[in-house]
Amino acid sequence: MNALTRVLRDGGVVTWRNLLNVRRNPEMLLAATVQPIMFVLLFAYVFGASLGGASYREFLMAGIFTQTVAFNSAFTTIGMANDLQKGIIDRFRSLPMSRMAVILGRTSSDLLINALGLVVMSACGLIVGWRIHSGVLDAIGGYALLLLFAFAMSWTGALVGLAAKSVEVAQSAGFIWMFPVTFISSAFISAATLPGPLHAFAAWNPITTVADACRKLFGNANPPNLPASTGWAADHAPLYSVGAAILIIAIFLPLAVSRYRRVASH
Amino acid sequence: MGTHSGQPAVRAEGLVKTYGSTRALDGVDLEITAGKVLGLLGPNGAGKTTMVRILTTLLKPDSGRAWVAGHDVLADPEAVRKEIGLSGQYAAVDENLTGQENLYMVGRLYGLARAAAKTRARELLDDFRLQDAADRPAKTYSGGMRRRLDLAGALVARPTVVVLDEPTTGLDPRGRLDTWEVIGNLVSQGATVLLTTQYLEEADQLADTIAVIDKGRLIAQGTADELKAQIGGERLALVVSDPGEIDLARKVLAEVGADEPKVEEQARRISVLVDTGPKALIEALRRLDLDGVTVLDVGLHRPTLDDVFLSLTGHAAEEDPAAEPKQSRRARRKAAKGERQ
Repeated sequence: MNALTRVLRDGGVVTWRNLLNVRRNPEMLLAATVQPIMFVLLFAYVFGASLGGASYREFLMAGIFTQTVAFNSAFTTIGMANDLQKGIIDRFRSLPMSRMAVILGRTSSDLLINALGLVVMSACGLIVGWRIHSGVLDAIGGYALLLLFAFAMSWTGALVGLAAKSVEVAQSAGFIWMFPVTFISSAFISAATLPGPLHAFAAWNPITTVADACRKLFGNANPPNLPASTGWAADHAPLYSVGAAILIIAIFLPLAVSRYRRVASH
Repeated sequence: MGTHSGQPAVRAEGLVKTYGSTRALDGVDLEITAGKVLGLLGPNGAGKTTMVRILTTLLKPDSGRAWVAGHDVLADPEAVRKEIGLSGQYAAVDENLTGQENLYMVGRLYGLARAAAKTRARELLDDFRLQDAADRPAKTYSGGMRRRLDLAGALVARPTVVVLDEPTTGLDPRGRLDTWEVIGNLVSQGATVLLTTQYLEEADQLADTIAVIDKGRLIAQGTADELKAQIGGERLALVVSDPGEIDLARKVLAEVGADEPKVEEQARRISVLVDTGPKALIEALRRLDLDGVTVLDVGLHRPTLDDVFLSLTGHAAEEDPAAEPKQSRRARRKAAKGERQ
């Protein structure tokens, strides 16, 4: 068996194990589904009231999708940190399995949880008046981009989880840096109207381009009071977003695997 | 099973591992003949778990080399992992998975096909008397059942070398006997076993060879008989009727004996190693009689592994396990966890 099939096979086994864990403890799914619903309702009706009502809700959904999949990387952080605390990790380490499989299994099962979250949020969006105005292929493209980005963010979460000294540290470290990253973007407001340095950050922030690309792919227009993002990244939002996701994976996958090896031979 | 007999299944040369200023292993050489059981005997913090973790590729030594089933643990850890089965002090099972699912998962990760992994899981659940609990999550298992499940996990791929880190610590007597039987079966099937234990009785019972480790160094190695012969002589033990006479009796035994007498206050038992056997016994009784000490029980016996350990290290290998309260067992486990990290 070559190395790649081994990674995929072992990763599949670990994914199966993680999903069984979710099935036996379904309460963890609450965080993955209830929280985004709350975000949709709060932003749609609290902020939305002063930001444009129905046209803001139309704009908002792609931002919520993007923010949620980014925040969900904290599940990977906590899941990895949890695994390291448990006896089972000694079994994994002593088995002739791929060293990447434990992390790949975690990011893969979290990808499925992200997919479930997107379904729930989309249903919630439809209820508050959001619609997809584009064709089927564009819509699929939008969701595929969100899942790719979710998968990439999951690898950053894995590294944080493997580096955390305890589950408690992982819990806060996994979340905190997400706030500036997701809010200094076009997820909820117009990046174009942000002041100097914040604008520069937001313009190149993949959260901005993923949200903008999804708006384009779903056919959701910016409301008149929220001008669209500008600049090279904005003009090539889908391309830039895919590139950014691949770059994130290319950087964080090897870092996470080498961290796992180090933790595993401590 | 794969390894050729006569060749060592496990070999370690000059293993050193330090944590800060503590030398957990201080130059350990070890060899286990294929198909034999080696008992690595030592108190907590002696370096047993560090040794196990290096041989099972979980830990890299600072220096030294080791081979398991012919593979270098540093150069080819993957090949080593294919040949070994490890059962540690803490059950390495997934609490949310059933017994069947746990073993199936391990089988798959050893590279077994789906059907083979399923069949093997069933077989092991039967062997370890877990068939009735097969479809219950492991978190509903008792401590002993979890340990059995973990032990089963180590045997999924029918490994040539089985490494058991304190397999009976924390088990009740029934669980201990069960585990001993499993280890006996493993050996009859040709596996090589490395077993760590704090229980002298266990090493005596199960191991072909015993290696005594203390403060990161191997201080003796041989069969139980060889080790007993090494300190020579016999042990003279007596029980006095009055606690007030213990001190006097201790003094007398110190004079006739070859080492410092051991005193068990509760049992009013005093013992000492003697070189001259019955002569020393008569001499001791004569003097005690002169001093008016009432002796309830007296005997001469060959040294136990306990004596061996005491004479080798200057301290006992364990507190009396039967009289040990629950509290200290928990503390012991905590201490062992410290050693692990």
